[in-house]
Amino acid sequence: MSRLTDLTLLQAASGLRAGEFSARELTQDHFDRIAALDAVLHAYLALTPELAMAQAEAADQRLTRARRSGSNSLPALLGLPIAVKDVLCLEGVPTTCGSRILEGFLPPYTATAVQRLLDQGAVVLGKVNTDEFAMGSSTENSAFGVTHNPWNLNRVPGGSSGGAAAAVAAQLCLAALATDTGGSVRQPAAFCGVTGLKPSYGRVSRYGLIAYGSSLDCIGAMARSAEDLLPVFLGMAGYDPLDSTSLEEGLPAIDLEGDLQGLRIGVPREYFIEGIHAEVERGVRQAVETLVALGAEATPISLPHTDLALPVYYVIAPAEASANLARYDGIRFGPRLGEHELLDQYLQTRGRLFGPEVKRRIMLGTYALSAGYYDAYYGQAQKVRTLIKRDFEAAFEQVDLIACPVAPTTAFAIGAHGDDPLAMYLEDVFTLPANLAGVPGMAFPVGRDSEGLPIGMQLMAPALGEARLFQATHAYQQATHWHEERPPQ
Amino acid sequence: MTLTLDEVRHIALLARLSLTPEEEQRFQQQLSSILEHASRLSQVDTTAIPPTASVLPLQARLRADSPRPTSNHARILANAPDTDGDCFRIPPVFDAEP
Repeated sequence: MSRLTDLTLLQAASGLRAGEFSARELTQDHFDRIAALDAVLHAYLALTPELAMAQAEAADQRLTRARRSGSNSLPALLGLPIAVKDVLCLEGVPTTCGSRILEGFLPPYTATAVQRLLDQGAVVLGKVNTDEFAMGSSTENSAFGVTHNPWNLNRVPGGSSGGAAAAVAAQLCLAALATDTGGSVRQPAAFCGVTGLKPSYGRVSRYGLIAYGSSLDCIGAMARSAEDLLPVFLGMAGYDPLDSTSLEEGLPAIDLEGDLQGLRIGVPREYFIEGIHAEVERGVRQAVETLVALGAEATPISLPHTDLALPVYYVIAPAEASANLARYDGIRFGPRLGEHELLDQYLQTRGRLFGPEVKRRIMLGTYALSAGYYDAYYGQAQKVRTLIKRDFEAAFEQVDLIACPVAPTTAFAIGAHGDDPLAMYLEDVFTLPANLAGVPGMAFPVGRDSEGLPIGMQLMAPALGEARLFQATHAYQQATHWHEERPPQ
Repeated sequence: MTLTLDEVRHIALLARLSLTPEEEQRFQQQLSSILEHASRLSQVDTTAIPPTASVLPLQARLRADSPRPTSNHARILANAPDTDGDCFRIPPVFDAEP
């Protein structure tokens, strides 16, 4: 028999229901695989074996009762092991945001998105690595060490949700909860060859998510296919009175088997620019042809303000971050440094415990919001954001989905961008616009480059159009095998 | 767009960040190049374009003001580096009595 960690999420769910194995066996096999591989990959920051085995035990009892009574109304994620990005609170479990400034912090409550998956019976294996406060595109900014890409250990897994992407790709969990402020679900999903969803802004409650850029932050998820990802998304989405930005619109039923006949796909010319890797461009264009062969229609479109997304994002996100991260003052949580005087304690605690990228963004945001510069930077960026949002509104008058690369390159080498923040920011150039416009995006593998690294494609839909993303991605994955390829062991 | 070292020190103080002299130098150069990139925004004509603060329609959401259980008090206090009874403890913010 193959290892239980080789199963997809849906296969594992049906195996549990059929009594072929127990949730405890499935969970233990994942911990055994983590013990064997994660010393090298470093996807996990903390494991929660006691909690996980207790959840698995409870799932097994429920499965046994259901088999005896002939009931089949079991929650979708019952007994399925998942990982949680370490920016989401889980009561009593260390939550660091990849930062020394939150070392030792034990959340007093659980994030709504995590709680909903627990309520669906999911088994949480542990917390996975992230760039500090989700600021980065490579997971190199984690204060607790870089995560390695399972396809090539010298490459980054992408970021900021690099731990989640590496864990899903290396079969160290069946799915993972992650977050996306400027591409942090989609870009690592592409670099590690897994399927990742950034939902519409407001679709998933952010109660218990440690805030970075509040007008941009979204909680999403990753799995090894769209059909595996769907129950995770449905399990966590929906209105939450504890988040005033969570949408009241109900979730539609999502039928994966929807037909692509007549689906209009726009291919934006601004996403095939100089600097894009030729193999990435070829992979994405071939994937569009596959969707066309499945019945879709492809049309060239224009999103004329695309090149302004980068400067808009790197004004707005740092401005919001500088306000959100003001709470780390060494008073209510985390370590406190400095002597005697309150001002000195603020300066030392924040100056010595935040890493360089976080300090850079706090300073950038502080400057952009300071007297005399507000209108030129923050005010102007918000107006240009309107132009970017209108680009998408106009495009979605003509097409149902937009197809483009996730990132200009495949996974780059660890250390490649050294101390050049602007070069790192350019990695996000194709993912930032969806966050600025609030629309959902799905990333999934559509090929491999000559070095064997996964190539990702991104589909974007109008706000609340997640169903279309799932249908198109699933149709593509029914016709191709890229999502079934696994990194070398 | 070039920031001076004094501007870098001023921003760091506003943001309550102590920086080493090496960090001041590095941030001066890096922040200047990022702001240079962002200065492209000033060339965009945004006459009559309203700002987008949120992609959602901004409206006050009201809910019933009814009591409900709150987070675990003891767990919240246990996260603090210094407490006194039910309070967080910090150094004096006013000068001591003469």
